[in-house]
Amino acid sequence: MFVDTVVEDKALHKPAFLAGLSITVLAIFFAFNFTNTIFGEFLSPVIGNPEESGFFGRLAVSFVLTILFVGNLLLISFARLKIQILIVWLELFLLFLAFAYSFDLEIAYIFSGQPSKIGIMISKGLFTTIYISAVSIVIATVIAIVGAIAKLSNNGFAYAIASFYTSLFRGLPLLLQIYLIYMGLPQLGFMIDAIPSGIAALSLCYGAYMTEIFRAGIQSIPRGQWEASRALGFPFRLILRKIILPQSIPLIIPPTGNQFIAMLKDSSLVSVLGIWEIMFLAKKLGAKDFNHLEMLLTAAMIYWILTIILETIQARIERKYQQKT
Amino acid sequence: MANNNSKVNPIISLKNVSKWYDDFQALKNIDLEIKLKEKIVICGPSGSGKSTLIRCLNRLEAHQEGQIHVNGIELHEKMKDIDTVRQDIGMVFQSFNLFPHLTVLENCMAGPNWVRGISEDEAKERAMSLLEQVKIPEQADKYPEQLSGGQQQRVAIARSLCMQPKVMLFDEPTSALDPEMVSEVLDTMVELAKSGMTMICVTHEMGFARQVADRIIFMDEGEIVEQNSPEEFFNNPKSDRTKGFLDQVLS
Repeated sequence: MFVDTVVEDKALHKPAFLAGLSITVLAIFFAFNFTNTIFGEFLSPVIGNPEESGFFGRLAVSFVLTILFVGNLLLISFARLKIQILIVWLELFLLFLAFAYSFDLEIAYIFSGQPSKIGIMISKGLFTTIYISAVSIVIATVIAIVGAIAKLSNNGFAYAIASFYTSLFRGLPLLLQIYLIYMGLPQLGFMIDAIPSGIAALSLCYGAYMTEIFRAGIQSIPRGQWEASRALGFPFRLILRKIILPQSIPLIIPPTGNQFIAMLKDSSLVSVLGIWEIMFLAKKLGAKDFNHLEMLLTAAMIYWILTIILETIQARIERKYQQKT
Repeated sequence: MANNNSKVNPIISLKNVSKWYDDFQALKNIDLEIKLKEKIVICGPSGSGKSTLIRCLNRLEAHQEGQIHVNGIELHEKMKDIDTVRQDIGMVFQSFNLFPHLTVLENCMAGPNWVRGISEDEAKERAMSLLEQVKIPEQADKYPEQLSGGQQQRVAIARSLCMQPKVMLFDEPTSALDPEMVSEVLDTMVELAKSGMTMICVTHEMGFARQVADRIIFMDEGEIVEQNSPEEFFNNPKSDRTKGFLDQVLS
């Protein structure tokens, strides 16, 4: 984005905005009533027994919370941009932890068992999830290249088949596709295992989305590149392979990276086929002792960490391609 | 062109060529013969069909009526050997159209190496000698975007010459350039003309036309209005449309 060279005052440093914000925050804290929480106990020397503090206690608690909240914002607003980002991230993460903590979880449960539950999730589940996603993204990429070329060709059959394919697979919920492939193919006499049918569903679905990404990438190469190649007497395949696709790749990589990250999480849907990936194991391991939330949160954390790693890798690849062209 | 020496086979000939964009007729019954080593300049107001005409010569555009023969081969919709024909016709574009993901040297090596079946070493040698001819051998390892417009256009000329074409087509090669870069490209083209290359140039550079052209063709509204030697064309234009055009570009 273009950052203007003329900078406005920070909103937080304008008294009117600050006052308005404080009143709004106060109203919200007052409405939610935090008197019976840990904050009320902290203030008991002032307001007495939280249970009996009434209107005054409720107002006092909201008032203190508002001062803490707005003061925190003000303090952060004076820090440098990078520090601001870091502090806000940390605070939001702490809030998230506090939220999870409020579930009254049995954290030790995650590490219990021989081998430990989290160990099984990582050694079996994580591996299966990555394996399914990686194979699917490779197949989806091949489908997408073929699909994009077919959609750009003026061969009626190729265009019709490709557009029917993208329309169908973008038009059905992925979960439904998984069921249809797993249960439908055996009807035709093809016995298909859970993992291959999961991979087939993910590849076909994401191949359809990526077909559009590749098509747009190929189309955004200026016409002059085709003309210059044609004028040199290059045949079609050579133009595509040596001139057009290499220039499309930097344009295709960011959205493809997004697709890969999305696929990694959508691979959780194949748990309905009984594949031992992260989601399935989370449900299975938690169900035994009714400790569902512990295992689901573990799965959530694994997905999140995996996504952060992939985003970092994607950013690096993007930077590398930006330098080259 | 009835007084053409009939013994010299024309390298390019057009008979009664017409072209339409939907309802708009871009070319009207064009007859033209171009001999080997001839230098032709095509000029005319914008929208007169001169770029369309030159782009029909390597079939970047399709004509709907009449015949175009290049090097004895007729260009038509069902032809099988269009790539071979194109390999013998170099083309330089207004917007250069260099391959941005390849270095200058790789741009020049691509054609000979990929479709002429010439070894990489030989293609490199040839590319370097042509980059020297257009006076930018020191830029060989840079990418096109690191070069000025004039330099890019000279690379584009070298890239076409690397294919050792029989004819060179220039489609307004200096129109996209900053004024101070026009002359470096024109100088390159003048030298190429001296070396005996067959050239067909669409350009508004009348100084270049006067210096180099064997024949100047003036087009307007899809027709060839007038064609003549530079002296006759500039000093003694026959048609009123030519006079009007010359008044505008020479003032």
